Amino acid sequence: MCALALVAAGGLATSNDAALSVPDWPLSLGRLVPPLEGGIRYEFAHRVLAALVALLAGVQAFRTQARELRRWMRALAWWTLGAVLAQAVLGGVLVKLVDPKVLAIAHASLAQICFGLTVAVAAGHYPIHIAGKSLAPRLAVAALFVQTVLGAAVRHNAIGLASHIAGAIVAAAVVMWASMAILMQYMDDDKMRRPAVILLSLTAAQIFSGFAAYTAGAVTADAPQPMPLMIWATVAHVVVGALVFGAAIMLAMSVGNSR
Amino acid sequence: MKKIWIAAGLACALTLAGCGGGDKPAPKSDAAATPAAGGAGAVPDEANGATITGKVIFDGTKPAPKTLDMSAVPACMNAHKTPAKSEEVVVNDNGTVKNAFVWIKSGLPANTTWQVPSTAVTLTQEGCMYTPHVIGVMAGQNVDIKNADPTNHNIHPMPANNPDFNQSQPPGSGDIDHSFAREEVLVPVKCNIHPWMRAYIGVVSNPFFAVTGDDGTFTIKGLPPGTYTIEVVHEKYGPQDQQITVGAKDSKTQDFTIKG
Repeated sequence: MCALALVAAGGLATSNDAALSVPDWPLSLGRLVPPLEGGIRYEFAHRVLAALVALLAGVQAFRTQARELRRWMRALAWWTLGAVLAQAVLGGVLVKLVDPKVLAIAHASLAQICFGLTVAVAAGHYPIHIAGKSLAPRLAVAALFVQTVLGAAVRHNAIGLASHIAGAIVAAAVVMWASMAILMQYMDDDKMRRPAVILLSLTAAQIFSGFAAYTAGAVTADAPQPMPLMIWATVAHVVVGALVFGAAIMLAMSVGNSR
Repeated sequence: MKKIWIAAGLACALTLAGCGGGDKPAPKSDAAATPAAGGAGAVPDEANGATITGKVIFDGTKPAPKTLDMSAVPACMNAHKTPAKSEEVVVNDNGTVKNAFVWIKSGLPANTTWQVPSTAVTLTQEGCMYTPHVIGVMAGQNVDIKNADPTNHNIHPMPANNPDFNQSQPPGSGDIDHSFAREEVLVPVKCNIHPWMRAYIGVVSNPFFAVTGDDGTFTIKGLPPGTYTIEVVHEKYGPQDQQITVGAKDSKTQDFTIKG
């Protein structure tokens, strides 16, 4: 939940054009707590949540190390901590270098990886075993990650929207391929169908939210400042995108899982 | 397990390496393009040079200025008796355009280095707005940035041809001086704390530039005889070029029309 809130906070900071409102790091305007005015509120909230997520990831890593018998789970927890710490440092470098596009895109992409790893660790604690081939769900994860990178590139004005739309079509097709096989196989078993249903539902929601974000951006393109409609539509699209990615990871971990 | 601890240690080392304040990067300087402020160099000969005057006319329906929403920051909102308006497009009552940047883009003698003024051009943040909205400076000339508000600002120019810069400026703090090493028309400036704030800086390698005011006119003095490309640049409507030939002590008029 904290990781998802952090994704939302990052989206709010970007959509409010507040990412560079605090030009120093790791302090904020030379203090632990800066004056919470204007865009500083979004950027500082993002940093506070990042610290909380890092702390929780550390606790998770040590607890998993101490209690988990499965070696791959222990490794996953440590990789999660490493990714979160790397993401924090990358955020600081972004601020110091005044937000070059490549690093901004990398920061958004690594955020998705951090969220995905967090979901993977959580899913590992509640394994579901679904018989089937794991290729399609794994391809869905990859396609959705590529789509995240493309979305970040669009958001930071590095590429046009066409690539992101093309990526959406490809990702949606792969998600449907991965999900339909499960749905057809377990037509009468709600528990087994659930991960695929969740993934399909979230993907549909993401397509709709993408259309909403685009429309909101187009309608408010001439506004002198970021408008609430555009901000919330875009942040919703970012958050649902993270949920879709997480759902794809859960499905990929469940299908053909004999562990 | 050992590998994990090594990785964690590296991550901590990277974290510590990132500690520190918001150092601004030292701007690159090209000695040939940026003579030192106040140093040797040619100055406009206003007695013998040509003068170009003109106005920038708006062709179209006068756009209604957009209201800025400062409600998120009461200190900003309270600084205005009536809601502040965007200065993106300001059409004067006489149908001319305010805040258009006019400059001599090309045609000056290639081997002339122009003296960079030692006096700075002031950019003030007041009422959470930049004043003036558009300024012109020479490459290497200081911009003196003041915070006259009771609130924090961050100065964030977004140049394409100059090094990036972003620095916070608390209320009551001293002025920030910054110069741009390379010619660039126009450099947008914003504040990430107050996302409606916008200014533009025209950075030019010669002293022949002007910004239109409340009457929409501009005057450029002291031009050597020659044929020039004179350009008007507007933040929304972009650039427009004209060719003009002037002789010694000529006084010529060059108007521009911006289509809305």
